Amino acid sequence: MAEMLEGRKAQFIYELVQQDSTKAKAEKEVNLAIDRLIYYAGWCDKFQQLFSAVNPVASSHFNFSVPEPTGVVAIIAPQSDSLLGLVSVVAPVIAGGNTCVVLAAETKPLCAVTFAEVLNSSDLPGGVVNILTGKPSELASWFVDHMDVNATIYCENNSDTQKTMREKSATNLKRIFFYNNVNWYSEEGQSPYFIMDTQEIKTTWHPVENIAGAGGGY
Amino acid sequence: MAVTKKKAAAKKSNTIKLKFDTSWSYDPAPESKSAATISKQYDLFINGEWTKPQSGKYFATINPANEEKLSEVAEANEADVNKAVASARNAYEKVWKKMPAKERAKYIFRIARMVQEKARELAIIESLDGGKPIRESRDFDVPTAANHFFYYAGWADKLEYAFPNRRTEPLGVAGQIIPWNFPLLMAAWKIAPAIATGNTVVLKPAETTPLTALKLAEIIQEADLPPGVVNIITGAGATGAAIVNHPDVNKIAFTGSTDVGKIIQRAIAGTNKKVTLELGGKAANIIFEDAPIDQAVEGVINGIFFNQGHVCCAGSRLYVQESVAKEVIRKLKDRLESLIVGDPLDKNTDIGAINSKQQLETIHKYIKIGRQEGAEMYESNCKLPGKGFFCRPTLFTNVAQSNRIAQEEIFGPVLAILTFRTDDEVIEKANNSPYGLSAGVWTDKGSKIFNMTKRMRAGVVWANTFNKFDPTSPFGGYKESGFGREGGLHGLLPYLNLVG
Repeated sequence: MAEMLEGRKAQFIYELVQQDSTKAKAEKEVNLAIDRLIYYAGWCDKFQQLFSAVNPVASSHFNFSVPEPTGVVAIIAPQSDSLLGLVSVVAPVIAGGNTCVVLAAETKPLCAVTFAEVLNSSDLPGGVVNILTGKPSELASWFVDHMDVNATIYCENNSDTQKTMREKSATNLKRIFFYNNVNWYSEEGQSPYFIMDTQEIKTTWHPVENIAGAGGGY
Repeated sequence: MAVTKKKAAAKKSNTIKLKFDTSWSYDPAPESKSAATISKQYDLFINGEWTKPQSGKYFATINPANEEKLSEVAEANEADVNKAVASARNAYEKVWKKMPAKERAKYIFRIARMVQEKARELAIIESLDGGKPIRESRDFDVPTAANHFFYYAGWADKLEYAFPNRRTEPLGVAGQIIPWNFPLLMAAWKIAPAIATGNTVVLKPAETTPLTALKLAEIIQEADLPPGVVNIITGAGATGAAIVNHPDVNKIAFTGSTDVGKIIQRAIAGTNKKVTLELGGKAANIIFEDAPIDQAVEGVINGIFFNQGHVCCAGSRLYVQESVAKEVIRKLKDRLESLIVGDPLDKNTDIGAINSKQQLETIHKYIKIGRQEGAEMYESNCKLPGKGFFCRPTLFTNVAQSNRIAQEEIFGPVLAILTFRTDDEVIEKANNSPYGLSAGVWTDKGSKIFNMTKRMRAGVVWANTFNKFDPTSPFGGYKESGFGREGGLHGLLPYLNLVG
């Protein structure tokens, strides 16, 4: 995906400039978006090792806990940074094995639409990332109301919307995350902890045989 | 052909039908009540002292096995909750947050040891107040509660190792509301990680089972824990709501029903409160034809009848592969007959008293629904005591996936049995539930175990075992069974902020 994005770099810069960015700023945003995809691509097969555990239970059992994707995640992407913001919230969700429905920035949807072409030419399986354009004010409630959505991410600091979203998320106890004032250009804009937000921890137990009272050393 | 059939028939008849109509019975072996001291009346434990409730009200807590009053406890109102939260805030800002982590740990280790020292008394009170068999409170609830304090005590000064590349900060005041099914153990599950990570606590036990939490308050007082670090206040739903809605509470940890969990999720909307919810379940326990059947039957019995079925992760839906269904059901019925229902304090008792009259009514309602919906009921022939709230261990066969007894949490000794043919079918059926707390799978084949455990949407999966718990092992649900984990390394995060 990062390669495909890089291949269309000029187009993304052009679109960002069309939507109120400067050339220098747009170039920086596209470069960071490319790097962010590479960053999360690397995490795909590593975060599990970091956040798993073999638990030393006192009984005669083998017991381990691993992260698993929560399922379908509905994302309302940041309204500013229409490319970098979008990539920064989608990448950790799909790197963790979830699928998502993402609502692009309301007033700056161009990059999101072009990003869909990037996804398509990257051979990302159909349905993993679904991009919608529209108004968050109209669609937010559908994102949190839907009974087949497992988690919702909202990136604006609008406390009224946050309140409504949390209330409605109770219908099926969706996991809900508000990324308030995250600076997507800085280091705080990327970390495996974003991946862990949409993971569940599953713990598995199995007995360990005790042969004729022998200790664990046998 | 005819010969083989005959042989098969002969082989079958070798299985002896168990007889239960014998004159032999167990002599009573009751644990002595005299080893436990219960006061006539309990006040609220606020700021390290026993405080009279501003409500001026007290309510009775009874022994569900004989309906006799054990004690009366204070009913905290909003003013009392304010006082408790203020004391927790004060202790957090002035003492607990500033204390070196290794010193925090010492207090918690001390509490753990004292719980162990008073294990017998705590077990007796747990069985008296909650109705659970003494065998379980003595061998499971109390030791596991002590172990939770031991486990989390050690974490207090090692948090920097728990989250790679992050520092941790406590949240502040944690409001904790716990259910009646494991009163002391739930208190330990909640208090131990909260105070180990540097938070202070206002805890409310369930109104039907407040006594062991109050005993724990005595232990905490005796352990010289700084006043206000742990406050324990009693009351019913209104008291819990006052804790949830209190503006100076930073964290809500709730274990209980999914309905109340949803109310809490709505109530904290618009605040910065962190929340963990450990809610209901309808666990699927799956037996494949290659499973060790006797062990599986034992596991299913433990899965649903442990603690009278008052377990959120109880294996209340049994899926048996068709080829072995007849055998499994017969063995389950036999085993059902051998379960001893009666006095919780008797050391031979397998199934004690249902926690409350209200819960017994709920269970009876579901048994009625099960029969109305066309499932076949089978219950043990055991005698029930004349007084108290008791329920025969019950199972239903011919249950349909859509039946309410297969969809809704009953929270009692009632098992719904369904059958299946293929792996894909049983996964589809098992995951067809709004809940996702736990699941079980019984098979001799390792690769099948991992296929199943991976595809099951549940937070805890037991393979060839069931209902096992340990302080090092994270516990918590998927979907409408809630979110957040309790226990283990993963149980620390709900009480911490991670900072870069």
